[in-house]
Order: sequence, then C-alpha cells, then structure tokens
Amino acid sequence: MLAMLLGGCNMVVMNPAGDIALQQRDLVVFSTALMLVIVLPVIGLICLFSWKYRASNETTDYDPDWDHSSQLELLIWAAPLLIVICLGAVTWTATHLLDPYRPIGRVAAGKPLVANVKPLEVEVIALDWKWMFVYPQYGFATVNELAAPVDRPIHFRLTSSSVMNAFYIPTLAGMIYAMPSMETQLNAVINKPGNYEGFSSNYSGAGFSDMKFRFHGMTEGDFNAWVARNKAAGGNLTRADYLKLEKPSEKVPVMRFANVDPTIYSAVVNQCIRPGTTCMSDMMKKDMQDSAAMEGMPNSGNAEGKRSSSPLTTRSAGQAPPKSPSDVPQRGPSTPEESNTPKQRPL
Amino acid sequence: MASTMQASPLNVSPILGRFTLESLPLHEPIVVATFCGVALGGIALLSALTYFKLWGYLWKEWFTSVDHKKIGIMYMILGIVMLLRGFSDAIMMRAQQAMAFGNEGYLNAHHYDQVFTAHGVIMIFFVAMPFVTGLMNYVVPLQIGARDVSFPFLNNFSFWMTTAGAVIIMMSLFVGEFAQTGWLAMPPLSGIGYSPGVGVDYYIWSLQIAGVGTLLSGVNLIATIVKMRAPGMTMMKMPIFCWTALCTNILIVAAFPVLTAVLALLSLDRYVDTAFFTNTLGGNPMMYVNLIWIWGHPEVYILILPMFGVFSEVTSTFSGKRIFGYTSMVYATMVITLLAYLVWLHHFFTMGSGASVNSFFGITTMIISIPTGAKIFNWLFTMYRGRVRFELPMMWTIAFMITFTIGGMTGVLLAVPPADFVLHNSLFLVAHFHNVIIGGVVFGAFAGINYWWPKAFGFRLNDFWGKVSFWCWVVGFYLAFMPLYVLGLMGVTRRLRTFDDPSLQIWFIIAGIGALLIAAGIGAMLLQFAVSIRDREKLRDTTGDPWNGRTLEWATSSPPPDYNFAFTPVIHQGDAWADMKTRGYERPTTGFKDIHMPSNTGSGVILAGLCVAFGVGMIWYVWWLAAVSFVAILGVSIGHTFIYKRDYYIPKATVAAKEDARTAALAEAKA
Repeated sequence: MLAMLLGGCNMVVMNPAGDIALQQRDLVVFSTALMLVIVLPVIGLICLFSWKYRASNETTDYDPDWDHSSQLELLIWAAPLLIVICLGAVTWTATHLLDPYRPIGRVAAGKPLVANVKPLEVEVIALDWKWMFVYPQYGFATVNELAAPVDRPIHFRLTSSSVMNAFYIPTLAGMIYAMPSMETQLNAVINKPGNYEGFSSNYSGAGFSDMKFRFHGMTEGDFNAWVARNKAAGGNLTRADYLKLEKPSEKVPVMRFANVDPTIYSAVVNQCIRPGTTCMSDMMKKDMQDSAAMEGMPNSGNAEGKRSSSPLTTRSAGQAPPKSPSDVPQRGPSTPEESNTPKQRPL
Repeated sequence: MASTMQASPLNVSPILGRFTLESLPLHEPIVVATFCGVALGGIALLSALTYFKLWGYLWKEWFTSVDHKKIGIMYMILGIVMLLRGFSDAIMMRAQQAMAFGNEGYLNAHHYDQVFTAHGVIMIFFVAMPFVTGLMNYVVPLQIGARDVSFPFLNNFSFWMTTAGAVIIMMSLFVGEFAQTGWLAMPPLSGIGYSPGVGVDYYIWSLQIAGVGTLLSGVNLIATIVKMRAPGMTMMKMPIFCWTALCTNILIVAAFPVLTAVLALLSLDRYVDTAFFTNTLGGNPMMYVNLIWIWGHPEVYILILPMFGVFSEVTSTFSGKRIFGYTSMVYATMVITLLAYLVWLHHFFTMGSGASVNSFFGITTMIISIPTGAKIFNWLFTMYRGRVRFELPMMWTIAFMITFTIGGMTGVLLAVPPADFVLHNSLFLVAHFHNVIIGGVVFGAFAGINYWWPKAFGFRLNDFWGKVSFWCWVVGFYLAFMPLYVLGLMGVTRRLRTFDDPSLQIWFIIAGIGALLIAAGIGAMLLQFAVSIRDREKLRDTTGDPWNGRTLEWATSSPPPDYNFAFTPVIHQGDAWADMKTRGYERPTTGFKDIHMPSNTGSGVILAGLCVAFGVGMIWYVWWLAAVSFVAILGVSIGHTFIYKRDYYIPKATVAAKEDARTAALAEAKA
C-alpha cells in the first residue's frame, strides 16, 4: 500500500532534472544513510530493551544500582561524535561547492562546462503575488514564465518589490530568498527539457498560494524560438508600467514584454523605482564620500572618525533620522541637490 | 516605499479608537458559530460557578494563591484549554488542505492565514510554555525539599500575566482579527504598510504581556533552585528534572529579553513610524530575522529540556534503577544550554549568508545532536538490566524515544545547508518540527501529567482511557506527519491554502485522518480525567508514593500539604527518596513547629487584568484606555509594596493534625 502510494507520487526533490538539485538530493540521501547507521540500532535497542527488561520477565538480570560504565559512556559520546565529524566534513565541503552564489563548475556529472558559453542572466523580481523575470541579455521580460536552454548555466539575481519571498524551482536547484532592498543570487543549470513548477516558498501574504510560475527547460532551438516569441510579443515595460504591474494581484496569467527598461531591476533593489526617490546605492556612496571627507578634516583625527570610512561602520554611524518618515519621499523630488544630501540614515 | 507603507488614514475615534461594528467578524459564519458556542458555554460555566457559589472559593483558594502547587495546576489547565483552541486551528488547516484541490476550499485567505499564524503562536506560547512552566512550578520545589518558590507573589503574577496574554489572543478571534504573518511575524510583512490592521498588534501585545510572566517565572525558578535546596542536596545530587529546569530557566532569562526587545522595536515601527525593520530609510528586516531567531532557537530548548528531565525521572522510576550516567546527563544538559545560542542561523540558510557562515551554523547544529544522542543512550541504559513497568508515563517515554530519534535525524538532515536549500519551508520542515515538538514536548507533558497527577490530586489516572488516548495520539501523530515528510520531498511548501496537483491530495487526506485520530486522543484524555475524577475513591493512593518513586516529591503525602514537608528533609545522596527508603527512613510524627508561609494576594490578578486593558487600548488605539490602565498598573504595583502583611504561620496544632492524618493513612495503606 505504502509502496504503491510512494511509487505513484512524483518526488521531485528526490528526482530532479537540474545538476545542482541532483547534488543536493545526493547529499540528502548520503546524510540520511549516514545517520541511519546510528539511528536504526538505537531504535532497535529501544524496542529490544523495552521487551527484554519488561517487569514481567523475571529471568533477566536486575541491577538497580548499576548506573555507570566508563566504556559505555565513552561509546555513547564517541559514536555520535564520529558521525558528526564525518557529516560535518561533508557539510563543510558541500556547502561551499553548492553555495548558490558560486558559479557552477560543471553542467552535469562527467559533463564539463563548454568554454565561451556565457551563463544566461536572469533578473528575478518577486511582486505581490507574481514573478517577474528580466532577461538583460535579450532585453525582454516575462511574468510567471521562465525558460532556459538545457545545459547552459543560469545566473539569477533576485530581489523583491515588497515583502520576503523565496524563489524555488525544486527540479532545478535549492531555494533562495528574494528580499526587498536586498539582492541574492543563484547559479544553476537544467539538464532535461521539460515543463516544471516554480513558486514562492516563503509565505508573503494573501495571494501567496497562487504565486506560481512555470519553468521550461528547452533545447537551444526551442529556447531561441521562445526568445523570438517574446521579442515578437510587442509591448514595453517602462518604469511607469512596472509601477502598475507591481500593485498586488493574484493568479496572474503569463505576460510578455518585448522591451524592458534595463534599469528597472537595479532601481527595485535600491528602492528608487518611484520617480524622485533616491537610490540606496547613491545614498551609500554619498555617505561614504562624506565620511571620507570628514576623515580628512583636521578635527576628526579620533579613532572613530577613521573607522567610519569602512562601509560596515557607516551603517551604524547614524545621522539623525528624519523627523517623520513620510517627509522623505516628498522631499526627494524638490531639487536634485537636495535629494542627494544624505540626511537620511544610509542602509 | 514609505509612501505606500503609511497606514491608510483611519478614523480613530477618541473613545473607541479604531473599533467599529465592522471590526466584529460577522461576515465569517465559522467565527460566528464558534462565538455562539463559546458564549453559551461561557455563560453556562459562569452561571454554574455562581449557582454553586464557587466564586469565593476560586478567588481565595486558587486565583490569589501563591502556592506553587496550585499555580502549577493552573498553568496546566491553561495549557489544556489553549491546546483545544490551537488544535481546532490545526483541524481547520488539515481540512482546508485536504479539500482545496482545484477549488478554494472553505477558508478564504484572510481567515486561513490567521488560522496558521494563531496555531503556531498558541501552541508554542500558550500550550507548550504553560505545560513546561506548570510542571516545573509544581515539581521543582517538591523535588528540592522546599516549601515554595523563592518569590511566591511573583509566581502568581507570572501566571496571570501568561493568562492575560492568552486572553488577548483569544479576544482576537471574536473582536477584530489576528495576525496574518506566520508565527514569527517577520517584517516587512508585519510592518504597518503590509499589515495595517489590528492583527499584528494583537500578536505583539499578547506576547509582550505573556513574556513578562515567562521572564519573571524564569528568574523565580533559578533563584529557587540555586537558593532553596534542602540541606545536603548539592547541585550534583539534584534530580535530573531540576537540572533541566535550571538550564531551561537560564535560557529563558537570557533569551526572552531579546524577544521583548525585538517586538518593542517592531511596535515602534508600527506605532511611531520608526524604521528599524522597514525596507527603506535604512531599516533592516534581516535584523529582525536574526533577533527573533536568537530568541527562537533557545526557545525550542526551553521547551524540550524540562521534558528531557521528565523522561529521565520516569525512565529511572519505572525501570526501578538509578539513572544511567547522571553526570554525563548533567553535562549534556549544560552543553545543550550553551550550544542553543550558537545555532540560530540554521533557520535561514536560504537567505543568502555565505558558505562559511552557513557551514559554521550547520556544524554547530549537528554538534547539539551529540549530547542529545548521549541522553537517548542514557535512558536506554537506564532500562538495561532494569525491571521496566509499562505504566502510562513509561509508555509515553518509549513513544518519545522512538519518535524523537526520528525527528532528531530529520533535524540533523536539515542542518546540512545544501539539503536545507531543497527542504527549507517545505512540509518536510513542518513534519520535522512537529516530530520533535509533539514527540518531545507534548509526549513529555503527557508523561508528566500521568506521572505526577497522583501526587497532585491523591488518586491515579484511569488506565484504560489513558491507553486509548496514548494509542490515538501516537498512531495519529504518525499518520498526520509522515505524509508531510513525503509531501515535502514532493516539493510542497508550507502555509499553502490551495493546490492544483491532484496527486498530492491523498497525502493530505491521510494527514487529515491522522489529525482526527489525534482529536480522538485529546477527547480520550479529557475523558480519562473525567472518569478518574468520578472514580477517584477507587483510584485513591494514600501512600503518597504510588510508583515506588525515587525523588523527594514522593516522600510527602498526595496531595502534599500547603507546607510540602513538615520537616525539611536532609539529603545524603542523589535519588534522595529511594535512598531514604533503603536506609529505613522513619517519618517524624512528633515535635512539629509553627510553619512560616506566604499569604495570598489579589495583586497578581488585578495587575494582569489591567495589562489586558492596556493591551486592548494599545491594539485598538484607544489611547485613553491605554493611558488610564498604564497609570493604574503603576499605581497598583506601588500600592502592592505597601502591603506589609505578607506572611502567616500555620500553627503547629494544624501541622500535627495533618501529619497525624497522614500517619493513619499510611498505616491503613500498609495493613
């Protein structure tokens, strides 16, 4: 019965089509097997001891004051320790090898990267509640549909317009969060053509359940046709269009935009997609220049002044926050000079 | 996006704040029906109390009591009542997920999202925490031979603050809404821009108020364990349960202020437009994620450590043996306490930390499995060459050992970052933490209830219904959560309300059946209590030591007298009561003295009531109410310090009468 049920279901995590997910799967299997080495005997012993030393069984030894054995103590601390040393070593290497920020080192087992093939770049923006994909190398964008040619490395850069989401295509690679005012990255490759499921795996509000998209693994030819189809779809995505698209909506059908404003992604990351808002990156740059300038000033020879040149401490070297946050977006549009003045705390 | 993040201009009335008639969820038939049921039940209960003239009794003997035993029992009652609420949420989720294939199911997003948030918050803060605190409160002073905790009034106040938090969260069911954010209310979703309603404010204030109670009870129990042990009981002669209670309370005192601080910062963001966790203006939502898990991870050890203590006591008692490896058990507990602070990042490997950071936290997490594994072996070798009696507490313990081993294994699997990348936030994760929390904390609470019930009430629990409950729970647990492991491997994420893929449905249906079995288990347990109370004379234990116990709580009568021990026992060895029994200890029957005891006080109830009013004022922007109740809280707190009559003496005649009755009862039991 159980075998039938398990046989009938599609365990995508156990049977993925992308090399990264496959290596992660292998790690799941290896770790579980390694732990079973100790877990199965323990469960066996629990059952055995419960049975053997049951009160009604008078034939076994009863030793009420036996409460210590150095050899056993050594064993019960050493056995889990050995497993953890082994698993820890595997964890350290695998975590580095499968770091989502690390460009992939192979297309598949025994299949090295083809020289001169540039990874497919995709900029992902999680919107309420749909996914927008920008293909900067091709200049178009789609909503709720993603495609990539098989065996070509894909490099995702991800952010979110509003709240936290996680970008997850189980068959391709492990998930990574898409978070507002931050950027994360994911490197992956798909090895088999197919139509796969992708979704947000972090709850993000009312429309979360339907925040899904399709991911197509395609042959090179099909992918080119798909690109052409998107380019032929017509339609532009300007910043103004984006602001309309960004508004919450649910169960959004696939959308295609032949031409997309290439600055949208970075403006979303830097929270300056709205006209007149200052980009966080500019703010930080300005702030660093300011603190660098401060350092050169005669009265700032103290230790704190010196340290503030590093971006980390700039983060905490707070200037007075604006009196009311609602002032800030309104203050932006007045004059460009003013909007560049770092009166706000930098991120 | 600060401009969109401002709350929509609300009509805040100076008298009712943001409350309007529309705040009542009259459009939700399920809530209205529940409300009618609760209202009728409540009216029936209140009338019964009035009819039988029980208000005075309850007020004098229970609500104002500073007796650690009564407070412990009240914590357990709170936990059981809230379990019913939290479990109703669980059943609703299981039903929704089993139904909603290609349709919307029966819960809309607004309702469903509140249900899963409330389920998590209630189960952790108002079920598991009261169970843990209740058991510690009841048992620790008895096990160390003390007459009460160090600060008896604080104990009463802590209980009522926890209850006040529970009252606020229950209120959200019928007035307004609860948070729709998930149980940790992560910003920016929980910020005012994306959650402008009262839901998150209900969340914040219920946890802030209950948090005061938890923190103070932590302080109280640490002081009690450190300062009030009976003469001769050195630290290394304490029962394991006291050790785990000590470590848990250290964790509470170190971790809960972080929760208080992070929720205070979130409140500032929501109430006065600061920008700690906002997307813009230099806010940093990651800071919230880090802070909440710096509290959140120790929290899971706060819940499980005392249960490890319960299992240690139960295994040793029902195997009729000393605990194997006492010293290594103690060190394992301390190691877990320390490591609990070094693993929080494993909750968000997938948020873009570097490989070295992820590996570090992954490996520290695995290291925790070493002392935990050692504990499992210690219980195992306690059974070895024992005479294991399969009474209910021991049955729960065996179920725990097997279930927790499985849950621990999937936990270590999730600690491997690349594995976590494919399983994080999935139903595999949901299955894992229910596997350890139900298999560990809930089974532990039930083992504890069955084990110490005779001590608390003087009669055992009914065996038959206890076994029905046990099997329903255990089988129900496996049916409800093993399918979730499978669904996780099928790539199904948590908190989904609707599904497309019909091949998933069978697993959700199996899980739903499991949940129904658990419901039967809860029902059987309530029945077990009822039947046992009815048959209490048949189940009566007059010895005070029905299990042939090993620790001091079994040395006194059941239920223990107000003063616990007529003479403070002197301890020579660990497992003090077992040692006293083998040395042929003679109970003193003469020479009693007046006993100095703390008096009851109503201040705790009044302060907690005022805190509810303050919370409601803050939640609904009823500023006058918040201001008035805040001033009143200060007033009552200061006023309380002027109560100089805080103690009384139990006259030696009363003590002698009680002890003589016990002497007679013991003689009768022997005959």
